[in-house]
Amino acid sequence: MSLITLVWNYLKARPLNTAINIALLSLGIAVITILLLFNKQLEQKITENARGIDLVVGAKGSPLQLILCNIFHIDYPTGNINLAEAEKIAKNRMVKKAIPLALGDSYKAYRIIGTSRLYADLYKAELASGDWWSSDLDVTIGANVAEIAQLKLNDTFASAHGLLDGGHAHNEHQYVVKGILKRSNTVLDNLILTNVVSVWEMHEEGEAHDEEGHHDHAIDSTILPSPLIPSIPAGDSTKEITSMLIQYRSPMGAIQLPRFVNAQSSMQAASPAFETARLFSIMGVGVDILMGFAYVLIVISGLSIFIALYNSLKERRYDLAIMRSMGASRTRLFISIVMEGGLLTFIGSVVGLLIGHGFLMLLATLVEETKRAGITGLVFYPEEWIILVGSLFLGKVCSLIPAVQAYRTDISKILAGN
Amino acid sequence: MITVSNLSFQYTPQVSIRFPDFTVAKGESCLLLGESGSGKTTLLHLMGGLLRKYNGSITLDGTELSTLSEIKLDQFRGQHIGFVFQKNHLITALSVEKNLALSPYLAGLPIDSSRIDETLSGLGLAEKRKSYVTQLSQGQAQRVAIARAVLNKPSIIFADEPTSALDDKNCDRVITLLMEVARKNGASLVVATHDQRLKDKIAKQIRLNEVSK
Repeated sequence: MSLITLVWNYLKARPLNTAINIALLSLGIAVITILLLFNKQLEQKITENARGIDLVVGAKGSPLQLILCNIFHIDYPTGNINLAEAEKIAKNRMVKKAIPLALGDSYKAYRIIGTSRLYADLYKAELASGDWWSSDLDVTIGANVAEIAQLKLNDTFASAHGLLDGGHAHNEHQYVVKGILKRSNTVLDNLILTNVVSVWEMHEEGEAHDEEGHHDHAIDSTILPSPLIPSIPAGDSTKEITSMLIQYRSPMGAIQLPRFVNAQSSMQAASPAFETARLFSIMGVGVDILMGFAYVLIVISGLSIFIALYNSLKERRYDLAIMRSMGASRTRLFISIVMEGGLLTFIGSVVGLLIGHGFLMLLATLVEETKRAGITGLVFYPEEWIILVGSLFLGKVCSLIPAVQAYRTDISKILAGN
Repeated sequence: MITVSNLSFQYTPQVSIRFPDFTVAKGESCLLLGESGSGKTTLLHLMGGLLRKYNGSITLDGTELSTLSEIKLDQFRGQHIGFVFQKNHLITALSVEKNLALSPYLAGLPIDSSRIDETLSGLGLAEKRKSYVTQLSQGQAQRVAIARAVLNKPSIIFADEPTSALDDKNCDRVITLLMEVARKNGASLVVATHDQRLKDKIAKQIRLNEVSK
């Protein structure tokens, strides 16, 4: 026998009441947990993926689309930009690093990126097996690509045009898997990396291009190599890329470079930090509404717990008086009622946290997009302690008035008032 | 051992009640008689420490109740006094066994499982140990209440109208049981009642008068 057994038995004696209170609270807590986990992970992914990229330069269009397409790889390109024009920006003294991106094809909905090694370095990518891409049509693939599309080293595949599975297939050229990356929990996990020239080669098929051996990218020593794609000469105005990721040399770049790009060229510059903040403020409305709904649920459950305790206390007046007659002090009765509220909310919040994590785990296994985005139910944030402690506090608040009543029980009056 | 002297209690500033002086020796049984409204329950509650702030003196086992703080009084009550009420007032959320275990727990005494066994079988309730209170008949429930009152081996047992809700057969059984367990445990027994059926059972009787203004 202990106070907790007593409290537990009281809860068990009213199973329906207890169940509805736990259900109400746990639903509210579950919604908050899901939002917390989802939002946190999304935010983390977004900052991780945008780290080191100060500016994206691409074709004119929606700046948000430019960011979604070239950093998160979840949207279509705004168009192409001229390589020679891009090189001019890359040579600007405010630019520390410029990384070319050539998009357009995919394999089983995994995007193929023509780029340079600098792009992989941006995410500190490491090889799990094989090697980096070196010659044309070599690819190094992300961990998810290897796992879900089931590609192994030295497998060959043909890319499809566009981002969707089933686009026009470029059957004439086969990519070869040369390496597989370690999981980095960044966008790289879902990408197939190759050099820019391979992407061009894919799209030159069908044009009056012949099969006259492989392109020879040896550079004439008298011509400067392109600062973006060293295997071709600089200033090639016939070539195009999708975009260019830029890292500033100094914070001054943030002030001058975007204006320079937007005013002086046919291209546009978009800042990932600014655009993602804008994206979050758009999404934030929906999240806020859901959060508000969750808080309403929690407040209702708090009220419901208060009413349940208050009512049960009426029925329990004799129990309380009897316990006093058996030697229980006022304080002990007070504690037992507060414990009852606390236990209810504790169970409710633990169940809610479990539902929240369980739901995300289910989502991660059932919905491929969730898995691709790297969202899992198996992470725990310190905020969850706040939820737990907060709900215990809620239990205390709801049980305070009933507990004070229990404390004030006039034993003699109740026992005499048969 | 109970000694009451010069005892009076103020219900409201206008209404007060005076009680006769008396002593109940250790192991002695005693009947507290009077019409309803004569203050039987008040006296019982005063002696049991359920009501405080009296004038005069009540000493139980040599302790003057008014000298104890509320918490000390709670403790004293738990360890020295057993109560049996008219309605058995068992805790319905708990099993018979847990109802009994609550008694030493709340009194701050160790819970002795064999003592629970012994008390239950002594009252013919051995097989009801795991039952829920709601599954008991009224007579059984009253016996569980008696078991609970004597579990801590109190030196004093107060019973408030323990038989008035019972039929003749159960009335007889309960009062005999009460006297028997009190004797076995060497406890003083005070039964407050207006039940005429008990008059022949206990010789020592204290009669209370109407409330004096």
